[in-house]
Amino acid sequence: MDFQEVDRTLEKYDHKHSAIISILQDVQGIENYLSEETLRYISERLELSLTRIFDIATFYKAFSLVPRGRHTIKACCGTACHLGGAVRNLDQIERILHVKEGETTDDRMFSLETVNCLGACALAPVIVVDDDYYDGVTPGKIEKILSAYRTESER
Amino acid sequence: MKIPIIVDGQMVQVDQGAPIIDAAKKAGIFIPTLCYHESLKPYGSCRLCMVEVVQNKQRRLVTSCNFPAEGGMEVFTNTDKVRQIRRMVVELLLARCPDVPLLKTMARQMGIKSSRFKKREANECILCGLCVRFCEEVVGVCAIGLANRGIEREVATPFKVASDVCIGCGSCTYICPTGCIEMVPDEKTPRLRIMKMGNHPLSPCPNDYQCENCSIEQEFLKDIKDVIVEFRRSYRNSER
Repeated sequence: MDFQEVDRTLEKYDHKHSAIISILQDVQGIENYLSEETLRYISERLELSLTRIFDIATFYKAFSLVPRGRHTIKACCGTACHLGGAVRNLDQIERILHVKEGETTDDRMFSLETVNCLGACALAPVIVVDDDYYDGVTPGKIEKILSAYRTESER
Repeated sequence: MKIPIIVDGQMVQVDQGAPIIDAAKKAGIFIPTLCYHESLKPYGSCRLCMVEVVQNKQRRLVTSCNFPAEGGMEVFTNTDKVRQIRRMVVELLLARCPDVPLLKTMARQMGIKSSRFKKREANECILCGLCVRFCEEVVGVCAIGLANRGIEREVATPFKVASDVCIGCGSCTYICPTGCIEMVPDEKTPRLRIMKMGNHPLSPCPNDYQCENCSIEQEFLKDIKDVIVEFRRSYRNSER
């Protein structure tokens, strides 16, 4: 882990304790997860207790303490998506990637998450890969959606 | 500045902004609490200290441990509503930790025979945060903290590994209202103790529990000193 970038982030927020969530978000952006080493470093530099940082990092679902895949798949399981067949889609993704919800593939390519609503209920069932929304997803379309990200990363 | 407030019909003079529980104490009224300790900042997590406050003709329920007293305020500590809430809190806590003597006694006093709620697997921690706050505010080392959220919330050391800052003072053992933090002798090195909380080992005392010579210990409250001395004596006796 390169701590220079962490230092820059801390500098940006003026080493303020109140900005700890923003700091953790930015630092997570570097490696896609928060390592123990990084949290210890932040604790030391901010002079904020590690217990407090650990509390915040484990409290919010947006933070991950384990390495994540290059692409994050969010499968919406809200009411509208559920009725539209979100569970079938989720099963299909789990079959294709051989991971369960909340896990990362062995090649660190995809992380699978479920969310309760993405605010796009008219497009149900919705799946979001990184920042791209896919509407009206059916189990048949999933292979095609995911393969685009595989080939994109290989290039 | 002193202001008058009325607690259960008694007029009490308290400092502006002091928590209501202080006023009640002055009036000689007992309010049950689990997460409140006079040497710590109020936290308001146990919800047992609920009272009804009438202010500007508005009646509402507040936690007395962290609600500031203001002039013209009238407080009721024992209305039907308050009693009902306290009973519910104790009943819920009893479902979480059915074997804790303190909660059993509280439940008996409030007339609860058994909890209606589904019992969870054995857990004695009520997440009052006393140990965490004591470690931070009084001892000042921040060895243990709270982690995760919702039903998974627990007291833990960072990354759930043996803490490298814990001084093994035993304050968390002393302050815990349910007695879920234990100090047990380390099996491999019998001279040292390990504090177990759930399954998180904490470091043994670096000074081999020579509390009289330790600078950290000098800053402790007197009653905690007594507990440590007591602990050491019983430990030595068991060693013999």
